[in-house]
Amino acid sequence: MTEIFGVPIQALAGQLMLGLVNGSFYAMLSLGLAVIFGMLNIINFAHGALYMMGAIFTWMFMEYLGIGYWWSLVLAPISVGLIGIAIERLLLQWLYKLDHLYGLLLTFGLALILEGFFRHLYGVAGQPYSIPDELSGAINLGFMFLPKYRAWIIVASLTVCLVTWYVIEKTRLGAYLRAATENPALTQAFGINVPLMVMLTYGFGVGLAGLAGVLAAPATQVGPLMGSNLIITVFAVVVIGGMGSILGSILTGLGLGLIEGLTKVFYPEASATVVFIIMAIVLMFRPAGLFGREK
Amino acid sequence: MNSNRSVQIAYAIGLVLLLIAPSLIYPVLIMKVLCFALFACAFNLLLGYTGLLSFGHAVFLGSAAYITGHALKVWELPTLLGILVGTAGAAGLGWVIGSLAIRRQGIYFAMVTLALSQMVYFFFLQASFTGGEDGLQGVPRGTLFGLDLADDTNLYYLVVAIFVGAFWLIQRTIHSPFGQILKAIRENEPRAISLGYDVAKYKLLAFVLSAGLAGLAGATKTVVFKFATLTDAHWHTSGEVVLMTLLGGMGTVFGPVVGATVIVSLQNELADKVGSLVTVIMGVIFVVCVLAFRRGIVGESIALYKRMIGEKTR
Amino acid sequence: MKRKLLALTLSALLLPAAGSALAQAKGKISGDVVKIGVLTDMSGVYSDLGGQGSVVAAQMAIDDFKAKYKPTFKIELVSADHQNKADVGSNKIREWYDTQGVDMVTDVLNSAVALAVAKVTTEKNKIMLNAGAASTRITNEDCAPNNVVHYVYDTYALANGPGKAVTKLGKDTWFLLTADYAFGHSLEKDTTNAVIANGGKVVGNVRHPLNASDFSSFLLQAQASKAKVVGLANAGGDTINSIKAANEFGLTKNQTLVGLLTTVVDIHALGLQTTQGMMFTEGFYWNLNPETREWSRRFFAKHKKMPNMLPAGAYSAVTHYLKAVQATGTDDTATVMKKMKDTPINDFFAKNGKIRDDGRMVHDMLLVEVKKPSESKEPWDYYNIKQVIPGDQAFQPMAASRCPAVLAAKKK
Repeated sequence: MTEIFGVPIQALAGQLMLGLVNGSFYAMLSLGLAVIFGMLNIINFAHGALYMMGAIFTWMFMEYLGIGYWWSLVLAPISVGLIGIAIERLLLQWLYKLDHLYGLLLTFGLALILEGFFRHLYGVAGQPYSIPDELSGAINLGFMFLPKYRAWIIVASLTVCLVTWYVIEKTRLGAYLRAATENPALTQAFGINVPLMVMLTYGFGVGLAGLAGVLAAPATQVGPLMGSNLIITVFAVVVIGGMGSILGSILTGLGLGLIEGLTKVFYPEASATVVFIIMAIVLMFRPAGLFGREK
Repeated sequence: MNSNRSVQIAYAIGLVLLLIAPSLIYPVLIMKVLCFALFACAFNLLLGYTGLLSFGHAVFLGSAAYITGHALKVWELPTLLGILVGTAGAAGLGWVIGSLAIRRQGIYFAMVTLALSQMVYFFFLQASFTGGEDGLQGVPRGTLFGLDLADDTNLYYLVVAIFVGAFWLIQRTIHSPFGQILKAIRENEPRAISLGYDVAKYKLLAFVLSAGLAGLAGATKTVVFKFATLTDAHWHTSGEVVLMTLLGGMGTVFGPVVGATVIVSLQNELADKVGSLVTVIMGVIFVVCVLAFRRGIVGESIALYKRMIGEKTR
Repeated sequence: MKRKLLALTLSALLLPAAGSALAQAKGKISGDVVKIGVLTDMSGVYSDLGGQGSVVAAQMAIDDFKAKYKPTFKIELVSADHQNKADVGSNKIREWYDTQGVDMVTDVLNSAVALAVAKVTTEKNKIMLNAGAASTRITNEDCAPNNVVHYVYDTYALANGPGKAVTKLGKDTWFLLTADYAFGHSLEKDTTNAVIANGGKVVGNVRHPLNASDFSSFLLQAQASKAKVVGLANAGGDTINSIKAANEFGLTKNQTLVGLLTTVVDIHALGLQTTQGMMFTEGFYWNLNPETREWSRRFFAKHKKMPNMLPAGAYSAVTHYLKAVQATGTDDTATVMKKMKDTPINDFFAKNGKIRDDGRMVHDMLLVEVKKPSESKEPWDYYNIKQVIPGDQAFQPMAASRCPAVLAAKKK
């Protein structure tokens, strides 16, 4: 059997596949952050908490209303999106004229509230959510048994990411959006309702986080702390990629997932820090990020 | 002149309060408040006077706490030297993190500091000298000029001296030409650049100074509590110091002190009463501050005072 | 009004006198009140282990004791959330000892907080009956046998039990999944020693970071090792996520999962479908015998969750302490401590439990296997008891103690 540094190639391929699964989550979350940042100039610290809510809603729908996974896949992101819209209307919109840092601070406070609230309700051990029947079992890829659900995560999130990219870069709606990002006042003057677009953008961005949460629910334990540890890594991903480009966020997310996967095989002790180390290196040589432009 | 004198009076009152406080309140609690107040003041130097939001400042508190703990327990250095070593260590770490972080501005700066501090946190978690999640325990307080610091009262006056000294240093910095340049950078960075200032150098210097002072707070805290734990370096603590500064009033002299006092006593009191809702309450304070109370307790009080005596606010 | 006031003042003056006269006759109880503190994590990652459950259990212990023994002294309970911060915990405990007259503290989840609290407890010469924290340092390097008792479990017992018993069942090749910090390292070390001592072999291990959200990669490595047993030297969310991923990747079909810090609460959170066949050690199981069932059902009525070993241990600890106070008629630390050490513990939690010279309370531990869903007869009916590990085998032997006080005694 062929080996690389003592690890059989087949096992390595399996690990890369898993890295891709994690990368999909990074991609979806950093994409949401990038979309929101582009429009609102706010770094959404509550992103992790909203991701967590996507998962908890999925569980709640099942537990209290008997709504299954497939419906949750639609309903939970919409619910999270609606909460996002409420947050934008009630809180964030008062901050646009201030320093961007206030947005970070406000959403940090929100993250604490949401996390604390669900912790109060459900404790920290979390709730179980089983994989839907259609997706249980595994596919034999030759080099590994890939659980169908993991494959589904990759397919679903890649689809969502690419559709988002297409909408923003290639459609008329996306053109308005980009225009409003570039120059809100002028866009408003052309008769486009910019505040509405801002509101919907934020709703959409956090909806993506909610969707990531739904996808994560069967794969990990659904608990109030699932978002807060992830979000810092995603921040690093965003810094590495630079938030200038949609495609950039997606690629960086996937790429870092792969690198992290490799670290887990060769030097698992560093798998939590590898993303940060890469970030430090990128900062040294390309401060604006791999796909970013210095403003 | 008038406001100058009122500031002097405020200093005097504050100092007298500090000196008599241990007979009224539990000294260890005041020492904790002082450590966090110093931490917040150091943070305020960066956020309030330079406009840099570091979201990873706990890592300086934590690293100095560990280094001092190690120096006193394993190397058996004298107490003051141990504190100095910890402070220097934090300043050094500040130089490394600072030189990376100042390559980006604004929100990115916040994210970079957060991410780097998380990296150091993982290092502390895995390293053996920190004792991992057990923490570095049983650090001796030692003696100073023959005085036994195990006695709370003796230690208290040492902590007060450290705090007052550091506070004075921060004030001097703010009012020095260096401090003026920092404020210029905060107000308008491009203009500061165009005036020929090496902005990156000033920012880095401010960052190192702030990290060192945060380290001094952490080192002192280790001596007070006789241990250093992971909590000191966790990003929650970074969030807390932001909250203290924001609540007290960023960019004001006493704001961080007031903020730290409020938050620490809140944590101490809430411990018995609301249990799991502590985080929610902290979050609510955050949101309220950002939305309606941006000048903080001290900032709003000053504004109110100025309105009352009919002075024009800026 | 005036008369009432006078009466009040009079009774206020007389009552303590009467009370102290009574106490004098039987020894001394400071302030005529025995005050018990429950310092725990009510909001953080460990709150499901102990938390409010421990407070409920301690209150039950006090109520039961009052009803049964009709003590002449008053018993009060205070509780606080240390938020997993050692400084908050140590501040709180100082305040309790100095200004509130607390005599004994229990639960004290989280090793960092427990070690800090133990130091203060020793300094103030009070008593700590630790039911929550896992670190063996509490009875070794940082031991304080005159003040601190480690009552329920520690990492040695959790690792040693399965390491020995499971290996002897013929499952003798192990792969360890270790949380990469002190807690995981000590579990890893103790398990490895136990496995090797019993003729087994550890064929591989992987160290994962704390709160790793994804374990599939590590479990794939475990699967590839072909070890018969995969040991999870981690805790809380990490354990739960490892088990979930193990199930998803079909690891449980050919390999046995052994949790090294798993309690009934985790099993309840994950469900039997996912956890069936897992093995681990716990210090208590509610459905063990009529006695445990009786107590646990009362606990369930109050807390809506079945107890794991922490609340059960806290109840036992508080009761044991109160009995010692009752018997000696004093809350003096040295006297009560001696009484507690001299008296074996016999209740629903421990049979012939004994507090050793290093402060370790030794009692039987249970090696359990999680039932199949079809075997479970009622909610929370989760375990098959595979083996009762006798106390003297479950815990670290005194000969291996690193406790300075014990070492000094040995030299003499």
